[in-house]
Amino acid sequence: MNKIKNLWATRRDSVIAFGIVIAAYIVVQIMSMTGNISYSLKGMLVPICAYVVMAVSLNLTVGVLGELSLGHAGFMSVGAFTGIVVTTVLTDAVPSDGLRLAIAMVVAAAAAAVVGVIVGVPVLRLSGDYLAIVTLAACEIIKSIVNVLYIGMDSKGLHLSIVKQSFTLEEGGKMIINGPIGVSGINKISTFTAGFVLILITLFVILNLINSRHGRAIMAVRDNKIAADSIGISTTRYKLLAFVISAAFAGMAGTLYAMNYSTVTAAKFDFNLSILVLVFVVLGGLGNIWGSVIAAALLTVLPELLRKLNFNDYRMLIYAILLIALMLFNNSKLKQMLLERRGSKKAAKTEGEVA
Amino acid sequence: MLNYLITGISLGSIYAIIALGYTMVYGIAKMLNFAHGDVIMVGGYMCFCATTYMGWHPLLGVLLAMAVCTVLGIVIERLAYKPLRSAPSLAVLITAIGVSYFLQNAALLIWTSNPKSFSPIVGRGAVQFGDLQITHVTLVTIAACVVIMAALTLFTGKTKLGTAMRAVSEDKGAAQLMGINVNTTISMAFAIGSALAAIAGVLLCSAYPMLVPTTGSMPGIKAFTAAVFGGIGSIPGAMLGGILLGIIETFCRAYISMELSDGIVFGVLILVLLVKPAGLLGKQTREKV
Repeated sequence: MNKIKNLWATRRDSVIAFGIVIAAYIVVQIMSMTGNISYSLKGMLVPICAYVVMAVSLNLTVGVLGELSLGHAGFMSVGAFTGIVVTTVLTDAVPSDGLRLAIAMVVAAAAAAVVGVIVGVPVLRLSGDYLAIVTLAACEIIKSIVNVLYIGMDSKGLHLSIVKQSFTLEEGGKMIINGPIGVSGINKISTFTAGFVLILITLFVILNLINSRHGRAIMAVRDNKIAADSIGISTTRYKLLAFVISAAFAGMAGTLYAMNYSTVTAAKFDFNLSILVLVFVVLGGLGNIWGSVIAAALLTVLPELLRKLNFNDYRMLIYAILLIALMLFNNSKLKQMLLERRGSKKAAKTEGEVA
Repeated sequence: MLNYLITGISLGSIYAIIALGYTMVYGIAKMLNFAHGDVIMVGGYMCFCATTYMGWHPLLGVLLAMAVCTVLGIVIERLAYKPLRSAPSLAVLITAIGVSYFLQNAALLIWTSNPKSFSPIVGRGAVQFGDLQITHVTLVTIAACVVIMAALTLFTGKTKLGTAMRAVSEDKGAAQLMGINVNTTISMAFAIGSALAAIAGVLLCSAYPMLVPTTGSMPGIKAFTAAVFGGIGSIPGAMLGGILLGIIETFCRAYISMELSDGIVFGVLILVLLVKPAGLLGKQTREKV
């Protein structure tokens, strides 16, 4: 009994996170089977999954590692475009959609991780606001490079050029990425179930990482870098570890997201998207994984809900006001008072039990 | 070549004026005011309304824009940022993002997303120096930048309020003990920053006469990197960073690639920060153990 209690105490967050995701999946499946789901919500299911993965992975950098990153969309972009190239190349070789998507995600994760190392090694030497602004810069650099990328495929293989299209394709060849025009005619193979599985994998890896020796080392770096250094934790290594894992999952989320639309451009993965995901993480609670899951899902649906309530013109305005109000409430005396009241009630209850 | 240099300095002057606003606020309140770019946009729209709808003289339009933005800056600070003075910096950042969304969407409701064509505050003419042709707008922009820079340096160096500002940015607690009203001083920084944003907005729209609700966001981000580039919190740094950024951007556009110019600008920023982590003119702070 005690063992179970202990397990519950240490793994409560994991149990809640998995519980929420599985329950939500079942509810949505039942709703769509009985036809109770609106068309617009149905179209948002895959993006919601992608945002949840983005939020959970960004929480690893911002909440667990404690470094503000404003460039998460950059890794998503790398993952998205890698995924598109891989799925196009494998169209004939791998007929199964699900398997093709899985392979694309693995390659996308690897590509995003490589970019994560390239960005992370120099950037993680900085900290605080400077780190934030440099990650933002990195995201903008990725965006402008993808924006001038031309990739085409014909019977001779892949062709790649930057700035100008310097290759001509044979007959029957296909342009995959067409510079600023982006990608069009994507075979939409992302499904809600794929998104659900990706969320489960993300939660499994990140929650286990947090509860492991490495996770504790990462948190030690966050709480006191100098103290962590002094007890032999390599701060640079653990910072990079967290940053790269976070980037890899963003890459997978990118593939999932891109494969849900028929056209994708580099401009989609800009600074605003990074900010959007950061908002999910902060509102869900820094370091709180299931908070990120809920915040990402709710805040993605919220503008749609407001549209349904006939606030169409004002919905983004209301979204902004809610955001400000939530932040003000989170740091206000009112919340502290409520928390204290709840705390004293709890204390009274345990006292009663002891007596 | 020289033409590009002038264009670069002119663009850089606009960045510098915006960056000054960021630096003033960051130096004192230690916060990244993400809504600054949208105050620029409001300034642009105000001047547009005054000159186009009401037929006012452009100079009056600029004054109206400055007045509105100053009030807006103070109101934003009082309502959204002041309650969070002791909150973690991330909370303030998200609130600033909320304010930015709010301003953009309010502008979208009031002025719709149709681009408005802004008529420059000075004539479209140009001055000829030999081969070199400089438009009036460019001249006014550079002149405004120099005047603002001089005025701000004098203000922070010589006046009582300016000294108070420097004191607050150095040590809030000690400044309060010396009888400085910290809240008023922070509001003043926001007021000055927003008035500068209004001027920058009018100049920006005169140089690139297209006005949409998202006009301010990209220049805002770039000016912010300019402020970091030059060393955030330092007034000459913001100036230097802004002008350098403008020149680099213009030359990249002209000689390398239109599309890659943003990427190169941000790449230079990363390189500078790696070599000088506090920016070009920033104060190096040593980490204490």
